[in-house]
Amino acid sequence: MPDIRKVRRRIKGVQNIAKITRAMEMIAASKMRKAQERGLAGRPYAAKIEQVIADLAALPDIGLQHPLLQRRPVEKIEVVHITPDRGLCGGLNSNLNRKLAAFIIEQKKPVRVVSVGRKGRDFAARYGCDMCAEFINLGDRPGLLDTLPISHIVIDDYTNGVADMVYISYAQFVSTMVQKPVMKQLLPVEPAVIPGGENVDYIYEPGAEAVLGALLPRFVEMEIYHAIMESIASEQSARMVAMRNATDSAQDFIGDLTLLYNKARQEAITKELLDIAGGVAALE
Amino acid sequence: MSSIKVEIVTAERVVYTQEAEAVIAPGVGGQLGILPHHAPLMTILQAGELVVRHGGQEDALAISGGFLEVRPDRIIILADQAERAEEIDVARAEAAKQRAEERLKDRHMAGLDETRAEAALRRAVARITVAEKIKRRRNL
Repeated sequence: MPDIRKVRRRIKGVQNIAKITRAMEMIAASKMRKAQERGLAGRPYAAKIEQVIADLAALPDIGLQHPLLQRRPVEKIEVVHITPDRGLCGGLNSNLNRKLAAFIIEQKKPVRVVSVGRKGRDFAARYGCDMCAEFINLGDRPGLLDTLPISHIVIDDYTNGVADMVYISYAQFVSTMVQKPVMKQLLPVEPAVIPGGENVDYIYEPGAEAVLGALLPRFVEMEIYHAIMESIASEQSARMVAMRNATDSAQDFIGDLTLLYNKARQEAITKELLDIAGGVAALE
Repeated sequence: MSSIKVEIVTAERVVYTQEAEAVIAPGVGGQLGILPHHAPLMTILQAGELVVRHGGQEDALAISGGFLEVRPDRIIILADQAERAEEIDVARAEAAKQRAEERLKDRHMAGLDETRAEAALRRAVARITVAEKIKRRRNL
């Protein structure tokens, strides 16, 4: 027979765990909403830049002249690996890290890693990846300014020929339940082909080339910022779901334990009654 | 009077939208005034003050560089950063201005990035001008 006091203590303990996981779930839910809103707020800017770059790259004299558009034979690869700083978010971190590992193994060329987020950094360090930069503690709501150093490293490496191709790996936010680790090409920039564009004949000042030259780095900064926003939304929703599951299993467990507790208590009472009855019978 | 839609967006948010009669923007080649029915234009902006006129009013925003696109139906400003006058932290802008000025004063200082210091100064000055404009208007 289980020790009643121990069971009671256990129930208390699990109740406390459930309280914590429920609180974490609610925090994650509100952070997720905010991250999603911020991600959406940047959409118009991103769409606009993409469109202008597509227009400019399509121009006959300028297309593909800019260093960030130029394709080179790929000798060295760089990956910006974006992960959360924290755990307790289900399988998200290990899925991301596994994706990175699979990608590195697949490549015939050396791969360098720029890790953003503690979980990815720890993984890259533990498995001996060639890490050239790390960024941690970006927090839950980084501004564009906080992400600029990352973009600058990548742009510099690409223009100086340290890397011939740059990928970005992050958790794409598909829905609250689904977050997909993706590996996307960042550099060289592939101008989007926008079918049936309006084809407005712009005057470019001071010149199409200068405008394109100024836009491209912004585009890269934007992409990285956006990926970080999206991975924050993914992290929070993954955590929310994980914590909800944890709360549910804690509730189930409490139910089981309560049953056990009641049974044990009833057993004890019955036994006591039997003792008393036995005692009375012995006296008579 | 004819008007045109003006949108100011940054990577982080849509800062401002307004049906306006004129926009005055700090282009890299100098101040740039744009009225409705302007030819399509795409240009780079530098840090400075952006003024939007609508219905006899003027709204001023501080921007720190970006792009301006004029289309037949609207004007879109892609700003690196943009702040409406109410949002500007004047004390911080003043401090930034002072820092930039000091750095520029002693130009021989080792490792000085002159263009960056100048850009910082322009940004700070733009913020201060915009913030003061609205303060003056309130006092009137």
